[in-house]
Amino acid sequence: MELSVQIRKKLGKFNLDVAFETGNGVTGLLGASGCGKSLTLRCIAGITKPDEGRIVLDGVTLFDSERRINLPPQKRRVGLLFQNYALFPNMTVEQNLAAGLCRERERAQKEALVAEMIHKFHLTGLEKHRPSQLSGGQQQRTALARILLSRPRLLMLDEPFSALDSYLKWELELELSDHLTESAVPVLFVSHSRDEVYRLCSRVCVIAGGSSQPCVPVRELFDAPKTREAALLSGCKNYSEAVKIAETRVRALAWGQDLECGRPVSDSVRSLGVRSHALVLGAKMGENTMECVVLRVVDDVFSTVILARPLPAFDADVSDCSRIRLDIPKEQGAAIQKGERILVGVAPDDILLLE
Amino acid sequence: MDWFPLWNSLRIALISCILVFFAGIASAYYVARLNRIVKGILDVVLTLPLVLPPTVVGYFLLLLLGPRRPLGAWVAEYFEIRLVMTWYSGIFAAAVVAFPLMYRTARGAFESFDETLAASAQTLGLSNTYIFWRVRMPACRQGILAGVVLAFARALGEYGATSMIAGYTPGRTATISTTVYQLWRTNQDDLAFRWVMVNLAISAAVLLIVNMLEKQNRKKE
Repeated sequence: MELSVQIRKKLGKFNLDVAFETGNGVTGLLGASGCGKSLTLRCIAGITKPDEGRIVLDGVTLFDSERRINLPPQKRRVGLLFQNYALFPNMTVEQNLAAGLCRERERAQKEALVAEMIHKFHLTGLEKHRPSQLSGGQQQRTALARILLSRPRLLMLDEPFSALDSYLKWELELELSDHLTESAVPVLFVSHSRDEVYRLCSRVCVIAGGSSQPCVPVRELFDAPKTREAALLSGCKNYSEAVKIAETRVRALAWGQDLECGRPVSDSVRSLGVRSHALVLGAKMGENTMECVVLRVVDDVFSTVILARPLPAFDADVSDCSRIRLDIPKEQGAAIQKGERILVGVAPDDILLLE
Repeated sequence: MDWFPLWNSLRIALISCILVFFAGIASAYYVARLNRIVKGILDVVLTLPLVLPPTVVGYFLLLLLGPRRPLGAWVAEYFEIRLVMTWYSGIFAAAVVAFPLMYRTARGAFESFDETLAASAQTLGLSNTYIFWRVRMPACRQGILAGVVLAFARALGEYGATSMIAGYTPGRTATISTTVYQLWRTNQDDLAFRWVMVNLAISAAVLLIVNMLEKQNRKKE
């Protein structure tokens, strides 16, 4: 499978401008809400028409503004699982599934396929139920089974877990993951949750403010994000403007610190990021250690969050320093008081260099 | 008692109701898709018969369908059919007057329809005709049913435009409402009262049927 998308669409003040290519497996589209992820899916499905661009799936042009090609959704064979699952309320589970088989002519064949899906998706006993009588998980399974019966060449999932309670999510995620592996359909998975993307996807494309960044393997996004938006979406909490000062050293301007990175620094580095749990409390004074004043201690569910302001190591105004955030185990955080001075260390490998 | 007015009223209401059902749904569906300005203008035009006095509607209909008017004359010449002062003239009057009720309720129902249902049906490969009749219409069933009932009731009770375009000829164009007026005018209060009761019975029966249908639908869900 090969999907190549390059589209532009103006909607009021919002400008969508995405371009990415992807292959088999599960590809994540990661972005904050309102960044244009869902709109991108709608354009690929053919529900919304982009202003210009090209969408090609497996060598078939679905949309091309220059050649005036715009296939109707029915001819695209692209399945889209909506956030609200979009089950037909007037039909039973069985009828909903059969609706996905409209390309199949033979009645006996149809019934056999529906029965098989009902068994596979654990919907046995619910055949005559209406969508309103199903739980969120059952609705999702019905919707997914219906789409898979239509034999799509590409399956797109739009925030499939957003309508569910958090305790249900985990189980459904495992289930969905199994179904996706089994059906072997290439998948575009839209989510604002980095955790979901990390667990389910092999590749990821970050969308921020309507524009996309190149598709990268998921590990790369979390281990070595290249841009600030990517780092932000991967969950990184601490940022500072940065300049290169030596082959392997950068100056973190917002923290008033010079930091050793342990690897050559690119000339184009503009900022750096450090994950909140990568900051080590109580390091010895030395390389990559910052002296900080504690501003606030917040007790979280399983950890303690400390907000602190670094004291600049060289001549800089203290009040200009932006605060940093540490996530530390509860037993370590219990003794920390507001106003206290602490030493915070960071390993060279944990510094994310961003462009 | 001559039952002709009952039969005539029912056939006029039924036929015009069927016409209005398709016309109202089609225009509600397509008008919703037009741009704002055209939509605004069409909306006014299509709703106008609801707020105009029925006699004004009757006047316009006579202007259009009268034997010496363009359309009326053309039909009379090519099909040798007279459009006014016949029993089916009442259909034109009832349809025009009842149309806005169907159109507006259907439009309201279509506007509250969840478009993702249609979108997901399209991506499944279902044809637009299938989506319209098997997904959109059932989902909008309540509103459309309400529109049909209102249109039927309005068509059954139509008097003003009907009396102008179909007149009152006992045994030929008389409807319940024109009969009630004629009987009362000619001091036959007893008979008029009987027809009033007939009308009441029909209206009550229609409302009862609707309530029963709604209950059945709710049970299904």
